[in-house]
Amino acid sequence: MPKLLPPESHPTLMISMREISKTFPGVVANDRIDLDIYRAEIHALLGENGAGKSTLMKILYGFYRADSGRIFLDGQSLSIQSPHDARLAQIGMVFQDFTLIPAFSVAENIALFLPDLGAVLDIKDVNLRIEQLSARYNLKVNPHAMVSELSIGEQQKVEILKLLLSDARLLILDEPTRVLAPHEVDALFQVLDGLRKDGLAIILITHKINEVMECSDRITVLRRGRVVGTVPQPDASESMLVEMMFEKKLSDVEVSRSVIRKGALQPLLKLHGVYTRSEGLGVNLVDIDLEVCPGEIVGVAGVSGNGQKELGDVVLGMIKCLKGTKNLFGKGVTHHSIQRMRKSGISYIPENPLTMAAAPFMTVLENMAVTKTWRYARQGGLRMDWQAVMTDIENTMKRMGFSLPWYVPARSLSGGNLQRMIIVRELTHDPRLIIASYLTRGLDVQSTIAAHSALIQARENGAGVLLISESLEELFKLSDRLIVLYAGRIVGRFRPKETDSYEIGHLMTGTKVQHDTKS
Amino acid sequence: MTQSPDARNRSSFIAEKLMHFLVRYGLMIVIAFLFFGLILLISGEDPIQSYRDIFTSTLGSSYGFSEVVVAMSPMLLTALAVALPSRLGLINVGVEGQLYMGACFSTWGALAFSNSPSWILLPLMIVLGMIGGALWAFIPGYLRALGLVNETITTLLLNSVAPMIVSFFVFGFWHSPMDTNKTPNFSPSARLPKFFDTRIDLSLVIGLALLVLFWFLMRYTRWGLEMRAIGGNPLAARRNGIPVKTYLIAVMCIGGAIAGLAGMTQVSGYYGVLLVNFSRGIGYMGFLISWLAGGSPLGILLTSFVISIIFSGGNLLQLTRDLPYAVINVLLAFTLFVVLARPSFLINRKEA
Ligand SMILES: Nc1ncnc2c1ncn2[C@@H]1O[C@H](COP(=O)(O)OP(=O)(O)OP(=O)(O)O)[C@@H](O)[C@H]1O
Ligand SMILES: [Mg+2]
Repeated sequence: MPKLLPPESHPTLMISMREISKTFPGVVANDRIDLDIYRAEIHALLGENGAGKSTLMKILYGFYRADSGRIFLDGQSLSIQSPHDARLAQIGMVFQDFTLIPAFSVAENIALFLPDLGAVLDIKDVNLRIEQLSARYNLKVNPHAMVSELSIGEQQKVEILKLLLSDARLLILDEPTRVLAPHEVDALFQVLDGLRKDGLAIILITHKINEVMECSDRITVLRRGRVVGTVPQPDASESMLVEMMFEKKLSDVEVSRSVIRKGALQPLLKLHGVYTRSEGLGVNLVDIDLEVCPGEIVGVAGVSGNGQKELGDVVLGMIKCLKGTKNLFGKGVTHHSIQRMRKSGISYIPENPLTMAAAPFMTVLENMAVTKTWRYARQGGLRMDWQAVMTDIENTMKRMGFSLPWYVPARSLSGGNLQRMIIVRELTHDPRLIIASYLTRGLDVQSTIAAHSALIQARENGAGVLLISESLEELFKLSDRLIVLYAGRIVGRFRPKETDSYEIGHLMTGTKVQHDTKS
Repeated sequence: MTQSPDARNRSSFIAEKLMHFLVRYGLMIVIAFLFFGLILLISGEDPIQSYRDIFTSTLGSSYGFSEVVVAMSPMLLTALAVALPSRLGLINVGVEGQLYMGACFSTWGALAFSNSPSWILLPLMIVLGMIGGALWAFIPGYLRALGLVNETITTLLLNSVAPMIVSFFVFGFWHSPMDTNKTPNFSPSARLPKFFDTRIDLSLVIGLALLVLFWFLMRYTRWGLEMRAIGGNPLAARRNGIPVKTYLIAVMCIGGAIAGLAGMTQVSGYYGVLLVNFSRGIGYMGFLISWLAGGSPLGILLTSFVISIIFSGGNLLQLTRDLPYAVINVLLAFTLFVVLARPSFLINRKEA
């Protein structure tokens, strides 16, 4: 092994990672990675799904221990054995899933994290410090609000505040924009810009190359656990980055407009006057009328938390229709069980694969079979035909260009691979109706294209698709019809050609509310 | 980035896990015995001599060994009655009550059809026992599936009711002319067959067979897969089309049926008569064993064996060393404490 030398000193060099390697059973996640982070820079980390970005950052934050390699802070060798050590070295990380305690207020959550937390909580002092900082960086949150009442974007602000108040000088953000609405992304970037001006270093992981070009100073691309290269932003271009990530150029999907012969075919799915009552903090659906025809993609626009989850769940049968009827293939299915709905050809890609679709400790192979146990059971259920599962799933994977290990627990998959797992599972066996929520969350550019073309393929084969998304770009590109959800109601119905993102954006945020949407 | 580990990799992984398991439990037992040795020292006994006594009286003679096995047999069943529902995330603290109901139902069979030959009577009693336990578990299971009450509370509450029902029948209707607190002795045709001139009876075979069945069920079958999916993430399992409510009720009832079977084997095999308050907490012991063993079939077998040694040995210590019986509970508590505390040096910390 080569001797690890401390990096050449440079006035603004902050952190250097040298020859970092990390293997998991069967996978080399990081392979001799070098990475330099300077003060006052936003450093973007790019790479395909499973490239090893999260792993590298978890090593820097002390969450995993590297098999080999060293980390230097200001030219001094630094030993990071735990997140505690990382925080002492003023390194902070926001994980993909937030770690706030919902039942606590913002101030309490932040106080819990402070290094100088005394035995007696001085909440007033914490409040004061929160207010000073949030004014400075335009990170407005109410310190007294309960975390459970905050939107995702606000929770993220709290996470960042938490790190700032504990004196972090390097912020690691793992896919912070994944769950944000477009306007929240802009706000986040302004905050990051302010932090950079104050000399903080920020490592930003994202799959959206336009975001990288917009806000970063330098960009490092990983592929298969190795560094492909680091480029300053002015020297980079989108196509160049894509080529570095995938070793090839990518061409976007061709979206053919489907011809729906309306009237000739009956709708696959028909919701008529559906109301729901949600438990807890969810949204109630109010008077939903919706049709999805064979060979049609119906886009559902809306800021998340306006009834998207409930819409998917009510179609599937996870929550009951309080009023109204649900028809599938012309038959009333209002009270059918989920199993019956799935057997008749419904697929569901919910918004959060880990909590809503997967059993985290079961292997990928087992997770692939759980929606179709009746199909793979042999001898009346005494045996499962795993070979058949593999054959079926491999077919879909080949079609989409994905590959996944069979025998690892779902929990250990990278964020994007987990999403791929659910997509592959739900698109196998030619579903007749696909409910896809935030289909491309966490997917890299190539997988996004693959997922989109798989949807279009399914539509061409006569399936109906309900595509729930926050990305207007995606909705305009793929949908044959668009509806807008706001506060549990459908507040607009369009064909993509008849409208623009400006009008939809207003409907989504409720700023141009029509008379019938006031509750 | 994503190659599946090959089959050899997998089997070595399983071997490693098994070693890890054995080392961990072995060490824990050693630690518990060290602690207990201290207690013995303090109370003025020679720990080494005491342990030698325990050893010779349990594993050292065929009679001693058979008594250990006799103590172990019902625990296999009661532990299984906890372990099976635990795979769905259900916490069945009600084995004690289900056991009493099983004993009660099968006793009715034994008394009412005492003249039938045993090839009719025993299966009948087994079925009755299982029905009794299942009925007692159905109530909590159903309430839980409706989302009304947590099963932990209901099963626990029902535990104090079941012995009263038994007492009601025994005192009121079934008691023998001589004693008010027990039934007349069962007719020979209502007794489980015994092996090798010892008190070991058919319940051992039943227990072992059910453990193997449990392992097979979880490992290979469709239902095992679905149950693990529910245990792993109940909401996802529902969205994936698994009938979670049906499973909750059915599995709770099966757990209860196994507990009822344990009750049946106690009255039909061990005692040959229904005593009020006969159980001495075997139901609770099953809960303990299942959790110590992490719900694994092999773990249940090993743990119940060790606990039976402690019990049998404890009886002996009480007789020969004049130690109070409570000392055994101290040893059990130590074992529990060590296992639950999971000393960090025993756990492989690769993940951290
Ligand atoms: N705890 C773990 N156990 C086993 N394998 C793991 C674990 N964590 C990550 N891996 C594997 O390491 C590889 C890299 O994962 P990592 O999460 O770093 O990818 P990533 O670049 O963040 O991808 P994504 O963009 O999809 O989030 C993946 O193949 C993943 O399956
Ligand atoms: Mg990741």
